[in-house]
Amino acid sequence: MILNVTTPDGERHELEALAGWRVMEVIRDWGLPILAECGGACSCATCHVYVDAEWLDRLPPRSEEEEEKLDEAFDVRDTSRLSCQILMRDELDGMHVTLAPMAR
Amino acid sequence: MSPDAATAASIATAEGAGPHQTDVTIIGAGPCGLFAVFELGLLDLKCHLIDILDRPGGQCAELYPEKPIYDIPAVPVCTGQELTDRLMEQIAPFSPVFHLSQMAEKLEKLEDGTWRLTTDTGTVIDSKVIVIAAGGGSFVPKKPPIPGIDAYEGTSVFYAVRKMEQFRDRKLVIAGGGDSALDWVLNLQPLAESVTLVHRRDEFRAAPDSVNKMRALVAEKKMTLEIAQISGLQGENGQLTDVVFKDKDRGEWSVPCDMLLPFYGLTMKLGPVAEFGLNLEQNLIPVDTERFETSTPGIFAIGDINTYPGKLKLILSGFHEAALMSQAAVRIVYPDRKIRFQYTTSSTDLQNKLGVA
Ligand SMILES: Cc1cc2nc3c(=O)[nH]c(=O)nc-3n(C[C@H](O)[C@H](O)[C@H](O)COP(=O)(O)OP(=O)(O)OC[C@H]3O[C@@H](n4cnc5c(N)ncnc54)[C@H](O)[C@@H]3O)c2cc1C
Ligand code: FES
Repeated sequence: MILNVTTPDGERHELEALAGWRVMEVIRDWGLPILAECGGACSCATCHVYVDAEWLDRLPPRSEEEEEKLDEAFDVRDTSRLSCQILMRDELDGMHVTLAPMAR
Repeated sequence: MSPDAATAASIATAEGAGPHQTDVTIIGAGPCGLFAVFELGLLDLKCHLIDILDRPGGQCAELYPEKPIYDIPAVPVCTGQELTDRLMEQIAPFSPVFHLSQMAEKLEKLEDGTWRLTTDTGTVIDSKVIVIAAGGGSFVPKKPPIPGIDAYEGTSVFYAVRKMEQFRDRKLVIAGGGDSALDWVLNLQPLAESVTLVHRRDEFRAAPDSVNKMRALVAEKKMTLEIAQISGLQGENGQLTDVVFKDKDRGEWSVPCDMLLPFYGLTMKLGPVAEFGLNLEQNLIPVDTERFETSTPGIFAIGDINTYPGKLKLILSGFHEAALMSQAAVRIVYPDRKIRFQYTTSSTDLQNKLGVA
């Protein structure tokens, strides 16, 4: 299963992913620059990504908790998601996400 | 008593800037710093703790107060806040002194070998032993990635309010939807020339009472609320003139602004501990696994901040580290004392210290 990730420098990476893993974990474990400070607990908003629009309706909608946490992210768009809140599964094979600009 | 009240009742905060004298200064009041008070206390060592947060608990209190923890031995489940409250209860017999809302900033060795620690608000603490329990670093405000923002920091962009007066008669833009943003909107609105609150959606996480007050001010035209996001800054020589807002329906527009206060939550940064002259490995402090001492004698590091072969960043590990560290610390404070190994279950001496004998 593949997850495509574009990093802030514009580089596109094709990552091998496993079903059941969080998108954040896949990005982090391949060593791409994602802070993911709270380790996936929806508590930090430092795993913010933009999901390509055509994949959006295959994702479960933002939970209220995710919506609230996105208030701490920057440049939030309709395609914004916290990548720790998305689990990889067969329907998401080939999905493309872009890492959002990161707070310092 | 509510958990909050229990915590508040047992927090002794220090009066005055000192120099305070104590046995051990603990940097960081996360779970590991708190439990260190207990282990050190059983060995008669008194502690002062410093934390940049305004309450104890570290990551457990700041990042996941309501989330369950399942791997504390003999506690099948408790939340981050419950763990903090129980630790506070457990260490209460040792009367730790807290210095909250301040950053441990400078560490120097006095001639007699005492460590002198100074915080960013000027508190001075002298002790024989330093324990760094700084976890993932100190919690500091997130700096939003707005192009060019660095040039304005400290002159026109502020992540915290130290003196309200500096905002008098200024045109303020405050960003965010949580309690910090709303509290400062309400506090600064009476003295500022104008206040604009900018938030990405027309819903706020802040306390409902603050939100109602803010909406009333907007209705009375005493301030402006913009549902938008910041996309840029305009000005020169560190002085802002305008903040650029954007919204997907309305496009981009700019609003006059002298000072911007962004409140996008907190992030952890190692901060001044990096300047203490200790060895560092990828922002962690290497220690031995017998005493959890750093490369500098008398300075220990426990919890998430340290590293050694096999390290696990678990609360459980930090508790163990606190116990072994304490055995080494007492030998520094009382070099001549014979240390006996005792159980809390059966030692009258320990039970006296705990106030249960
Ligand atoms: C969402 C989440 C869930 C977790 N779940 C678990 C779990 O189930 N089980 C488990 O064992 N662990 C869990 N952890 C990890 C656990 O929280 C950490 O291991 C633990 O908090 C480390 O404690 P600590 O005392 O070392 O540091 P921290 O909790 O990070 O506390 C350090 C404190 O030091 C302060 N500080 C640092 N530098 C300075 C300075 N210079 N001046 C003033 N103050 C300073 C910081 O502000 C902070 O309050 C979880 C973590 C997160 C984020
Ligand atoms: S990793 Fe912290 S919110 Fe996703």
